[in-house]
Amino acid sequence: MDAFADTALFTLLVAMLGGAIRVSTPFMFVALGECLTEKSGRINLGLEGNLVLGAMIAYAISFHTGSPWTGVLAAGLSGLFLGAIHGYVCKLPRVNDIAVGIAMMAFGTGLAFYLGKPYIQPSAPRLEAIPLGEWTGIPSLAQALAINPLFFVGIALAVGMSWFFRNTRMGLVVRTTGDSAPAAKAMGVSVDLVRFLATAAGGFLAGVGGSFLSLSYPGSWNEGLSSGQGLMAVALVIFARWDPIRCVWAALLFGAAGAIGPAMQAIGVTQGFYFFNAAPYILTLLIMASSARSRFSGRDAPGELSIVK
Amino acid sequence: MPKIEFSRRSLLKAGAAGLAAATLPAGLARAQGSVVIGSVYVGPRADFGWNQAHAMAMDIIKGVPGVTVIEEENVPETDAVAQTMESMINLDGANVILGTSFGYFEPFMVDLAARYPDVQFRHAAPLWSADKHPANLGSYFCYLNQAHYVNGVAAGLSSASGKIGFVAAKPIPSVLSNINSVLLGARSVNPNATVQLIFTGDWSMPVREAEAANALVDAGCDVITCHVDGPKVVIETAEARGVKSCGHNASQAALAPNGFITGAEYKWETIYRLYADNFAKGEALPNVVVGGYHNDMVQNTAFGAGATPEAIAAAEAAIEGLKAGKPIYVGPLNDNAGNLVIEGEKDNYDPELDGMNYLLDGVVGSIT
Amino acid sequence: MAETAAAIPKSAPRARAAGPRLGPAAEVVCIVALALIASAILFSLFLLVIGASPITFFQLVWLGGFGTAFSFQNTLQRAAPLILTGLAFAIPARIGLTMIGAEGALVIGGFASAAIAIPLVTSGAPPVLTLAIMASAAMIAGGLWTALAGWLRHARGVNETISSLLLTYIAIAIMFFFVEGALRDPGSANRPSTLPIGRETMIGDIPGTSVHWGLLVGIALAGALWVLMSRTTFGFAARLTGGNPRAALAQGLPVGTLIVACAAIAGACAGLAGFFEVAAVHGQANAALVAGYGFTGILVAFLARQNPLAVVPVAILFGALAAAGGLVQRRMDLPDASVLVLQGIIFVVLLASETLYGRAKIFRPAEEGR
Repeated sequence: MDAFADTALFTLLVAMLGGAIRVSTPFMFVALGECLTEKSGRINLGLEGNLVLGAMIAYAISFHTGSPWTGVLAAGLSGLFLGAIHGYVCKLPRVNDIAVGIAMMAFGTGLAFYLGKPYIQPSAPRLEAIPLGEWTGIPSLAQALAINPLFFVGIALAVGMSWFFRNTRMGLVVRTTGDSAPAAKAMGVSVDLVRFLATAAGGFLAGVGGSFLSLSYPGSWNEGLSSGQGLMAVALVIFARWDPIRCVWAALLFGAAGAIGPAMQAIGVTQGFYFFNAAPYILTLLIMASSARSRFSGRDAPGELSIVK
Repeated sequence: MPKIEFSRRSLLKAGAAGLAAATLPAGLARAQGSVVIGSVYVGPRADFGWNQAHAMAMDIIKGVPGVTVIEEENVPETDAVAQTMESMINLDGANVILGTSFGYFEPFMVDLAARYPDVQFRHAAPLWSADKHPANLGSYFCYLNQAHYVNGVAAGLSSASGKIGFVAAKPIPSVLSNINSVLLGARSVNPNATVQLIFTGDWSMPVREAEAANALVDAGCDVITCHVDGPKVVIETAEARGVKSCGHNASQAALAPNGFITGAEYKWETIYRLYADNFAKGEALPNVVVGGYHNDMVQNTAFGAGATPEAIAAAEAAIEGLKAGKPIYVGPLNDNAGNLVIEGEKDNYDPELDGMNYLLDGVVGSIT
Repeated sequence: MAETAAAIPKSAPRARAAGPRLGPAAEVVCIVALALIASAILFSLFLLVIGASPITFFQLVWLGGFGTAFSFQNTLQRAAPLILTGLAFAIPARIGLTMIGAEGALVIGGFASAAIAIPLVTSGAPPVLTLAIMASAAMIAGGLWTALAGWLRHARGVNETISSLLLTYIAIAIMFFFVEGALRDPGSANRPSTLPIGRETMIGDIPGTSVHWGLLVGIALAGALWVLMSRTTFGFAARLTGGNPRAALAQGLPVGTLIVACAAIAGACAGLAGFFEVAAVHGQANAALVAGYGFTGILVAFLARQNPLAVVPVAILFGALAAAGGLVQRRMDLPDASVLVLQGIIFVVLLASETLYGRAKIFRPAEEGR
């Protein structure tokens, strides 16, 4: 074991494992939030704004109250606020949800940058990780296995959401609303209300995802913090074919692939670092292109979703 | 809500001036014969990094009577910067333009200087040359690699493994020079020291910077340093991993109470104070103001808990040497592909070093 | 009603409503004006909360965006690339594709044009020939890049939204790999770039202005694409496919070809934007190509309701906001982010105002009611 622990391959694998755990959580939360929203038949492309605003609010609140978990909650509420605006505006007839999402992205990030100026320099209390890898005796593995509670919350949420969609009446209502609005109306359901709630709740989750960025990993607030992770996470929902469990796998894959770039350079494979850094995107595209599907692959997609029609 | 001090002060001043100017026809301000300085930043002024270092030093100029400073942040290195600077000249009556990002120089500031011969342009990188560029353009720069050399000396004696990790944004000469200087500093005290390098590919990629710092620690580095816009994430990650760190840009000592060794800091205020003097006396600005340790344009952060006593002594000696003009690059030096790149002794301000495009032997990394 | 709101490409009647009839045109002007006023009120509240003067603010917006000849040229300079990237989203949207990858096509197009220029410039080819080859290379490279997303969608069922986004990141990686590696001009010290094509080859400004020719080319292309999408069989077939792909297939339309063609047109537009960045602005390819024009173009297209002609004024509005944003920052010492907030508010309100169309009867001739 010790001999293996010194090899480059081991370093790479540990980095990918650690990356999967460290980097995946915000992707997971945003993807789960978006999954909920899209299941109801609406798409919110603006969760990048929720993620960034959530990160900033969480940091600020943690800084002022000294309690990072209060920050997480506040981040969720800020995301709920943005999601509710999106949900309300898109309820109006003829308003396009994709476009409003992009506009909300500008609004959310603008608000976060505006309010966040004073918090770039100070250090706020962060979420403590649970050290699950001490027993290994290998520092790098111990670090990779120091896991933030939000990671487990995210996984539990995915399992719960999957169960919710399959086994509860509410889940059925959301799915029906997403698959066929006339059918939902026939059930006596208010399509607008369901979508509004699903968008607001999805926004809440994305805000929580942002709190992970600023309070856990990388654990700091600045304006470049997200650099597009929210947008990518929304795309991952399509990749995960609207399944909460697959959203988790997609987030883990994306996190692990993101660790390839730095880790390859750390073990001395340095040529072409731009491509290693782009590994998550290349891998995702290859996987999508190679899993051949029928011409109109609407089988998994909510039927009301504008993006897959 | 706490507000950063420098922005509140500038708010009052520039706000009042702005209100006055807004009611005047465009261009009138210039007719009054006062100095209006337009300062352009590539990122947010409060980034705890490169831009903040400039913005805070700019406060010195703001204190000069008769000088108005107008500032614009988040101006990308595209023709947006040309439009911003032209707008400052045409609408705000600016007669001095300071561009603080590398990519502003060519073609934007070079073209503008030719088009507006009455306006003085100064750019923060050693790129201006008298025979190629307009006379109303110029350069100012702090050779931070000297302070990174001191980082290297201190790191070399504070590291047990002799492996120093470096998180870098992009393979451009000023970054490469910092990396190579860290190596040479470390090798001056430990001939077996190496620098393990990771490029993130962009100036501000916090998640990838944290991943890079973790990967370097996993690869056995026990000192981490960096050249990215905001070093906070790298330093905090290193501290969390229990390894030592060296800072960049500004003081990060408070972020790493256990492992901080020292850091490389710009002293833009030296240059801006010089400019302020010129304005106060009504003198022309010099075309080129560059410097390092010998003229107080860089410094190292006060040593932290991570620095060993030997490291402190050696680093202080290295600072004295630099102040006396002791060269960092002393050949023969090979790059890490085995080519001879430096033959003899290079002066620390030798223009040839400004075009550095190699990593020295001992740096594990590649620029492509 | 919400279910119809979800799908822009489906709603062919809306495309018709944006046609050049007097009634609907007046409706558009009224509603847009109303929306701009509403967003101005909302943003004024924001300004009052943070203790800034809304009156100064809007004075400065006018001064910075349109107030002087210089300001207006500044606005047009910033609008030029956005027209082309706006078209790059609008055209595939008509056939039902949500392609958010114009940024990647712009980068790859600009890079291709700069790369192909290297042998031409070193061998002393005439500037006109060099520029023509560069422009073709940019359009072909950009077109192929997004056509790949279109093909993946049609042949492999890969969602084009995600693939076009992924391709954007990959395009940026490719550009950086070469620009900072094999194709780097040794003279580009602190800013890795390809070999400059030189002043004599670069496209100058429109005479009497400081606006480059990309603006006029963009406007002409907007007109041409409007004709293509509204007045030709191709456009009709594309819109039909956008409305209902299964019906289009059943009618024997070459759906796959149409999808790939629309995607390729989009990429060619974005690639052309990249060409102008290289040939008219930078003279070489470098990191400045990644300026976000592709992403801004998405919003431009949506606010233009995917109408190629409307893309032009919307792009100019965006240019004005960007130009004025700088002036506001400088004079009022507001952070750049406040302009981002304003943009967000304007966009949300403008998009929400879509709901007002068709509500007031005075704008609608009797036979147009739906």
